[in-house]
Amino acid sequence: MLWIRNGIVVDPKNKINAEKMDIFIKNGKIVEENEVKKEECKVIDASGKLVVAGGVDMHAHIAGSKINTGRTMRPEEMRVVRNIAGKFRATVGRVLLTAPAIGYEYAKMGYTTSFEAAQPPIGALHTHEELDAIPMIDKAALPVFGNWHLVFKCIEEKNMEKLKALVAWAIERSKGFGVKVVNPGGVEAWMYGGNVKSLDDQVPGFNVTPREIITWLIKANEELGLPHSVHLHCNNLGVPGNYQTTIESIKLAKGFSNAKRQVLHVTHVQFNAYAGSSWRDAGSGAAEIAKVVNSMDNVTIDMGQPIFGHATAMTGDAPFQFSLHKLIGARWSNKDTEVETGAGIVPIGYLPNNPVHALQWAIGLELGLLVDSNKVALTTDYPNGGPFTEYPYVMAMLMSKKMREGELSKVNAYVQKATGLASIDVEKTLYEVIHMTRSLPAKILGLENKGHLGIGADADIAIYNLNPLETDTSKEFEKVYKMFKSAEYTIKGGEIIVKGGELVKEVYGRTFWVDATKKADIQAVMPDIREYFNYYSVQLGNYGVEERWIKKPARIEVV
Amino acid sequence: MEDVICTFCGSVCDDGEFDTEKKKVKKFCRLGSSKFAEKQRIKAPMIDGKEVSYETAIEKAAEILANAKKPLLYGWASTANEAIRVGVLLAEKLGGVYDQCASVCHAPGTLAVIEEGLPGATLGSIKNRADVVIFWGANPAEAHPRHGLRYSISAKGLLVKDRKQRKVVVVDVRPTKTAKMADMFVQIKPGYDYAIISALRAIISGNAEVVPSEVGGVAKEKLIELAEIMKKAKYGAILYGLGVTQSRGRDRNVENAIKLIQLLNRTTRWVIWPMRGHYNVVGAGEVPAWEVGYQYAIDFSRGYPRFSPAEFSAVEVLKRKDCDAALIVASDPVAHFPKIAVKHLKQIPVIQIDPYPNMTTLLAKVVIPSAVYGIEAEGTAYRMDCIPLRVKKIIETSYWTDEKILEEILKRVEKLKG
Ligand code: SF4
Ligand SMILES: [Zn+2]
Repeated sequence: MLWIRNGIVVDPKNKINAEKMDIFIKNGKIVEENEVKKEECKVIDASGKLVVAGGVDMHAHIAGSKINTGRTMRPEEMRVVRNIAGKFRATVGRVLLTAPAIGYEYAKMGYTTSFEAAQPPIGALHTHEELDAIPMIDKAALPVFGNWHLVFKCIEEKNMEKLKALVAWAIERSKGFGVKVVNPGGVEAWMYGGNVKSLDDQVPGFNVTPREIITWLIKANEELGLPHSVHLHCNNLGVPGNYQTTIESIKLAKGFSNAKRQVLHVTHVQFNAYAGSSWRDAGSGAAEIAKVVNSMDNVTIDMGQPIFGHATAMTGDAPFQFSLHKLIGARWSNKDTEVETGAGIVPIGYLPNNPVHALQWAIGLELGLLVDSNKVALTTDYPNGGPFTEYPYVMAMLMSKKMREGELSKVNAYVQKATGLASIDVEKTLYEVIHMTRSLPAKILGLENKGHLGIGADADIAIYNLNPLETDTSKEFEKVYKMFKSAEYTIKGGEIIVKGGELVKEVYGRTFWVDATKKADIQAVMPDIREYFNYYSVQLGNYGVEERWIKKPARIEVV
Repeated sequence: MEDVICTFCGSVCDDGEFDTEKKKVKKFCRLGSSKFAEKQRIKAPMIDGKEVSYETAIEKAAEILANAKKPLLYGWASTANEAIRVGVLLAEKLGGVYDQCASVCHAPGTLAVIEEGLPGATLGSIKNRADVVIFWGANPAEAHPRHGLRYSISAKGLLVKDRKQRKVVVVDVRPTKTAKMADMFVQIKPGYDYAIISALRAIISGNAEVVPSEVGGVAKEKLIELAEIMKKAKYGAILYGLGVTQSRGRDRNVENAIKLIQLLNRTTRWVIWPMRGHYNVVGAGEVPAWEVGYQYAIDFSRGYPRFSPAEFSAVEVLKRKDCDAALIVASDPVAHFPKIAVKHLKQIPVIQIDPYPNMTTLLAKVVIPSAVYGIEAEGTAYRMDCIPLRVKKIIETSYWTDEKILEEILKRVEKLKG
């Protein structure tokens, strides 16, 4: 039992804005005061300190063959030593961290949940092995659907029952959490060197278009009632002029509604928010995208904010990764995966002086500032935009125009004419930024017990040495940055794992997965699955992940 | 029992049937079936050749390792990921060296990945799409007998339906069994892989005039013919073997081949992938990669992992006499390492964990027999294309698994080391 005394609580989900409160914890949950025996509680004095829910990263690449290939390909990334072996594991990594380093660094920052945003279903066991190797945080993985031959087939046949059955079956088999779509149709086209360019291009070899793939999957996702919505990585990622494709894709959510959450989440939008026709005349499409997102009540986005310095591009968007390799002449890994999907990995660094990189940096911030705080979550699309360990930098930037002005003066001047960043006066409040990093991502993912401090919530809590009542986040940005980098306390499931910015205890979180098999007639699609397995290199009986193979599974049944 | 998974070679065939009465496996190739046939086993744990209990042997092993300044932990290609993970943790705890079989076979390929990346595909993609497959310095007909049937040569794919729709090319120094199945065989002089790849790159990029009339024993016309096949492929795959990584040029050969693939992808689709040998040699690299950042040749003596193949691969460590104890898991270095390395192994206490006796058993101070993954124990293995498979337990045994043995050692080491 824990008693957090006198903290200053910011809890947007419960509309609590900097109120002095006590919080009580029992059996890993937040409980009413009368449920604990105070004399038996361990007391944390949080006077004058900020108390918030543990951070929730809704989109990062933390496990599976992509990041592990990245590590293999980039030993230079692994030469930064973060922790020497002793009470805790040895950890290394500059931006690409080892699995234990990922858990430790999130915890030190006050983050307690992170989702792996793309896993090929056939490789799910690999993803889960790595997730299991990450200590400290709760986690989950999103299997990809947007280029799967079987998905195309269901849509070609216009058979929603089959598609629902396939989605439910695949999520169960991969012990996944929701429906990820990456460059729908484009990755299949890449198998023969192509890509798709518009929502109405036909996918080579199939009578379907990206528009149909997205809408059909939204429909299936909604009819199944999955906790999370479709999670879309749009077509034309990284291509100047792509903001229009993004807006068109966002508008596909029209006609769907869900009282609890968005019906479409569009991810790392920065990479899909470019105006212009080439990198010579590229500009920002952020304002237009923000307008559309703000005008709709069923779409959310996340930023995909680049951080200057090292990064590694890794996505299921294999054709994009090849273009990037050609564009910057960097190393390139690729993985075409059966009849399901593909992937690519390319090292990259963001340089303030490079006009394109500066543009990307500014667009990320524009999106964070111009989109309603209730619709944009903070991400760097780790490690695509940079390390998640720099979330505090992004938080501080969103809250301080002064800080932005300082940073703007250091980047390529091209940004001044190609984006509107300099003229944006918005300064998000601490309340809004806490929302963007806690309650909002939890809500987007459909995690009811995460991202807030209400009764019944998981006792995932961060305490920062920052008094919100006495801090001017607009002026004291350096202090804000420093405080969010290193939590005074991180509490995971009721246990203190970080104190004074240092690890004190190693714990292992749960892996959430969604079981919607009762919501669909799985048999409807089994004959097709059986037939398709002639074209797999594994037997149907050996495909997928059993719950007992996972260290701490947490099944969420959809009924 | 159906869908039984073979834990012999990197093909990790998963379509076997096990007859529980006859204790025989069906469908697998000669190599795979022989693994499932009854074989001579190490009967019991031993210290200095005397049989002891598991507990006593483990106690002794932990003591040797904990007292060592810098133990070498080597092997891992023929065990499950769960055991490998404990092995990595143990190496970290001990401040020792973790190295695995790849350091004496496919490691040059890993070095090439560091230089250029790896534009690859799963075996399923190759089976379904590849209209051209080139085996380069690889002889699956003998090393991975069912590879051709399941994934490459005659595999029935979605878009490439059968053998007739697929062109198979073999590049090798001698006419192998695989070469006899090929549509085209390019016999090259030993050590000329690099030059031939360079010639192909020149031809494909439109600079054929710089190529002499013969390269590495191959006539220019033949190289032009091969280059044409490559350019015309809709989806091609180079699958390379030890012939490339262990001949003159080593990692540079693979690097050059990857550059060739990069070039081909400017106009069509090509992928490249290594033909890995042991059933889980991929896991022996993937697990340490996510746990500590590197695939092999990892030294923990400073309390954090350092990677340096020229220093920390097992052979180098032994040659330098830079380890004072060794734990060998699922491998036989005595049979495969150079004499000078084996010489040092003879001088230090060696602990062996393995289901089967081998040359290394003869000099091991502590021998701990283990269950066979895929037959007596379940666990995760990564096929040569990094696709994970959960190998199964199909018969009961009283042998402990590698994972359990290593966990017990780790527990004791943690106590001894404090
Ligand atoms: S090809 Fe390899 S994995 Fe397949 S049955 Fe033969 S030995 Fe086993
Ligand atoms: Zn992503």
